[in-house]
Amino acid sequence: MSRLLAVYRAKFRTELAIQLAYRGALAIWLIGIVLEPIVSLVVWTTVANGQGGAVGGFTAGEFAAYFTSLLIVNQLTFTWHFWFFEWRIREGFFSPLLLRPVHPIHNDVAENLTFKLLTGTIVVPVAIFLVVAFGATFQTQPWQIAAFVVALGLAMPLRFLAEWTLGAAAFWITRTGAINQAYSVVMLFLSGFLAPLALFPPAIQAVAAVLPFRWMVAFPVEVALGRLAPDQVLAGFAAQLAWIAGLVLVMRVVWAAGTRRYSAVGA
Amino acid sequence: MRSVRLAWLSFRLGVLTALQYRANLAIQLLQSLMSVGVALAGVALVYSQTSRLAGWRQEELVGLIGVYMIVAGLLGLVIRPSMERLMEGVRLGTLDFTLTKPADAQLLVSVKQVEVWKAVDVAVGVVVLVFAVLRLGDRVGPDRALAFGFVLAAGVAIIYSFLLILATMAFWLVRLENILVIFGSMYEAGKWPIGIYPPWLRVALTLVVPVAFAITVPIEALTGRLEIATIAVTIGLAAAFLVAARWFWRFGLRHYTGASA
Repeated sequence: MSRLLAVYRAKFRTELAIQLAYRGALAIWLIGIVLEPIVSLVVWTTVANGQGGAVGGFTAGEFAAYFTSLLIVNQLTFTWHFWFFEWRIREGFFSPLLLRPVHPIHNDVAENLTFKLLTGTIVVPVAIFLVVAFGATFQTQPWQIAAFVVALGLAMPLRFLAEWTLGAAAFWITRTGAINQAYSVVMLFLSGFLAPLALFPPAIQAVAAVLPFRWMVAFPVEVALGRLAPDQVLAGFAAQLAWIAGLVLVMRVVWAAGTRRYSAVGA
Repeated sequence: MRSVRLAWLSFRLGVLTALQYRANLAIQLLQSLMSVGVALAGVALVYSQTSRLAGWRQEELVGLIGVYMIVAGLLGLVIRPSMERLMEGVRLGTLDFTLTKPADAQLLVSVKQVEVWKAVDVAVGVVVLVFAVLRLGDRVGPDRALAFGFVLAAGVAIIYSFLLILATMAFWLVRLENILVIFGSMYEAGKWPIGIYPPWLRVALTLVVPVAFAITVPIEALTGRLEIATIAVTIGLAAAFLVAARWFWRFGLRHYTGASA
């Protein structure tokens, strides 16, 4: 365990240096990440205001709270590694990673956390600005803030595991772009990116409750807004834990099978 | 006349190159359908809660999505890839080969790279737009269609000029590829009518990154929201943009030293 910590410390240091070298690229990521929730926020506040102030149980202020919380939750949970798996395998970049005495997932976790630490210094002030500028209203009680931290803490490994395992599909398929895009589309609908899940037809809500997507993003956001009762929160934690346990298993199987197939192209 | 023939030839060459990779058609088709599906579902979701969004009816917003796809396709077909190629050419010095050719360099760099499968985006956009117009019924006469055509052409000309100006900056700043990514993010915001955004964002999308002219303004023309004066202003602005881009391109060219030499 302490050896792994030392690995992470070293990785953090080098990653920080690498990522700080590309500040321009960082700024560009940020514009995309920040503009998206602003667009949804504006659309839905317009709808709410047009309908006399509230729609589907959300007032304009609650929409603002929803999409700013979404910005934060997405910032802390999103991963990009699955987009690069194909490239890594095709170009043989997995070979040096496989030679290291730790599982390559740790390399990506460290990369991911470093990027979030860096971008977080800007995303958090932006979120605060949005809360003020759009008059976001929260009905959160103190216990729900604690519950939000736990939900977010579980959503991070959940989404990371799911997307990392998805990326490993590149061991079998040479062009994974279409699969990744299909995943992103499903994610957009079922994890509450497009709109709060409460606004969707009941059938879609039922599907969303069974699949893992809601538990990666929408659930922590709903907890942050104070819209869930204690028993709903506990059930959510259980769903998150179950999915994490399941995905760890799947990831291990997929990874073992994938590395056996890996033939180090480009080596 | 000769320059038109040259541009056509260059374009045809690009198409022939792309045609070698036919499997990409299926992938592009899938991507286009997914992106239009997401956009339409977003509109449907909004209109399941309301009948009007800032005065816009559902069919009008479906039409907006159609225009969004058409313009995205036109940009992705030749303008964006050519501008990327231009910036790369400045960095690597390969622009030299283009400049030594006895034809207008701006024309050559503007049609240098063709991504033919992006035409699928245009086709999907046209289908969506036609569907929306049919749903709008008899309210679209030939006058509006004509205004739409002019304003759309003007909007595309404005964005082309804008991108050329951005790409020309590569003569001084060299590493600029990422600036097109910013444009992509801003373009996404054009999926909704510009009028719903708060003033600062509206200004950004009209003046800083002129996305509004290519998407919102044409659909406003089609749905009869535009005054003659606004149409005239848009066309005048397009002309100004074209002239400015031309001037800036030639000015930038004088600063090009050729990385390979």
